[in-house]
Amino acid sequence: MLNYFFHSQLALGIAECVVAALLALAVMLLARRRAPGLLKELPVAEIRGVAQIVAVGAILAFMLRGPQWTSVLVLAGMMLAAASIVRKRAKRIPRAFALALISICAGAGVVLAVMIVFGVIPLKITMLVPVGSMVIANTMNTQSLFLDRLRGEVTSHVGEIESALALGAGSEAAVLPYLNAAFRACLIPSVDNIRSLGIVWIPGIMAGMVLSGASPLFAALYQFVVLTTIFSASALACFVSSHLVTRRIFSAQEQLVLR
Amino acid sequence: MLACSQLGRTLPRPESRALLADVTFALERGEVLAVVGPSGAGKSTLLRLLNRLDEPTSGTVLLNGTDTHSLAPRELRRRVGMVMQRAYLFPGTVAANVAFGPKQQGRVISPDDIDALLSHVGLDGYGSRDALTLSGGEAQRVAITRALANEPEVLLLDEPTSALDEAARHGVETLLESLIRERHLTCVWVTHSIEQARTMADKVLAIETGRVTGYGPVAEVLRA
Repeated sequence: MLNYFFHSQLALGIAECVVAALLALAVMLLARRRAPGLLKELPVAEIRGVAQIVAVGAILAFMLRGPQWTSVLVLAGMMLAAASIVRKRAKRIPRAFALALISICAGAGVVLAVMIVFGVIPLKITMLVPVGSMVIANTMNTQSLFLDRLRGEVTSHVGEIESALALGAGSEAAVLPYLNAAFRACLIPSVDNIRSLGIVWIPGIMAGMVLSGASPLFAALYQFVVLTTIFSASALACFVSSHLVTRRIFSAQEQLVLR
Repeated sequence: MLACSQLGRTLPRPESRALLADVTFALERGEVLAVVGPSGAGKSTLLRLLNRLDEPTSGTVLLNGTDTHSLAPRELRRRVGMVMQRAYLFPGTVAANVAFGPKQQGRVISPDDIDALLSHVGLDGYGSRDALTLSGGEAQRVAITRALANEPEVLLLDEPTSALDEAARHGVETLLESLIRERHLTCVWVTHSIEQARTMADKVLAIETGRVTGYGPVAEVLRA
């Protein structure tokens, strides 16, 4: 229907964004009693998201003419931004920005580097930036889920954790069941994405590759590569985070600080 | 055995509120100190300072003459056990709960020893039961057994019967009283019940709004 009213690609793109944003708002309006705060957050998030992605599109168009190494700078910038977003979700966890940054760099950075070394992700801006951003963004989401869930688990099990401490347990042992629960919970979406690949979900990158002339079979296999890379990066980031977070939620005297 | 001097805790800025100040007492081995006072007086805070679940901001605690600041928190907490208002049992079997403390020190407690400990608190054959399906009274008995499995030198009791119904409360109180007498346990027992303080304690520490209002032998402090 939009095609009928809008003839230029840019105008059509803007119109599509407006429809998608309004639909998301309508859904949140319908479910406003479940999370009133989210209804206020959503318009800001939408405006911010569209502005950012358009800016990135413009930068990407500019970079395509520049040297290849600039893509590493872009990915580093993305990791910084991702850590800052995770910090906002990790309320009451001390020094959460450093925690998130180290974890995201360790997870997404290491996994991307391995994939580049093996030549799975070509060192070309056109591949590295989109695939890298997918990996970093998903790692960021998993980090937010992990820290948010961990905070919930810890604050609702203060008695159990302090009982374990009072019995002579170390902080790692006292918080272990809750770290494990948060670790498992935050990786469920990534595992389900791999499990449902092709049946429930045919992600955009595959459609994009087919549209740009790649063989559908290669595109399908590459989609699996991207999703498992995302899983590895997310899991590694959470693994690193789970080791670093204990020192932040307990004092040096093994007293629970996050309550 | 256990002594503290000028012990206190003030919340950090911006609150800067004194939760407890200038607590001084000394207990010989086998003595029971009842800590009495209204809700919010700082009784639980005192226990948490004694095993350093919270950090004291002033004063010293001596355990057998050693400043507890020189002990690693894990070592201190093994030697100064605690039973809280609620049992807070861990998921798993009753036996796993009892074995938890010793396991933290790399010590294996045999199934026979666990059975013997459980039998002593009236929970014969409970070892394989799911800890989270127990009644309040049974759970608190397991929590007491769990604390005793560490063979602590001092036991801190933070109103261990306040969350129980009348029948369970009586059973757990009787159990604690007999355990303390049999084992000559040195105890700091936070209680609301003056009667309980009279029956069980050798000394009484009365606290109100974070300040000590009385300390001494039971007969002296609880004259009325």
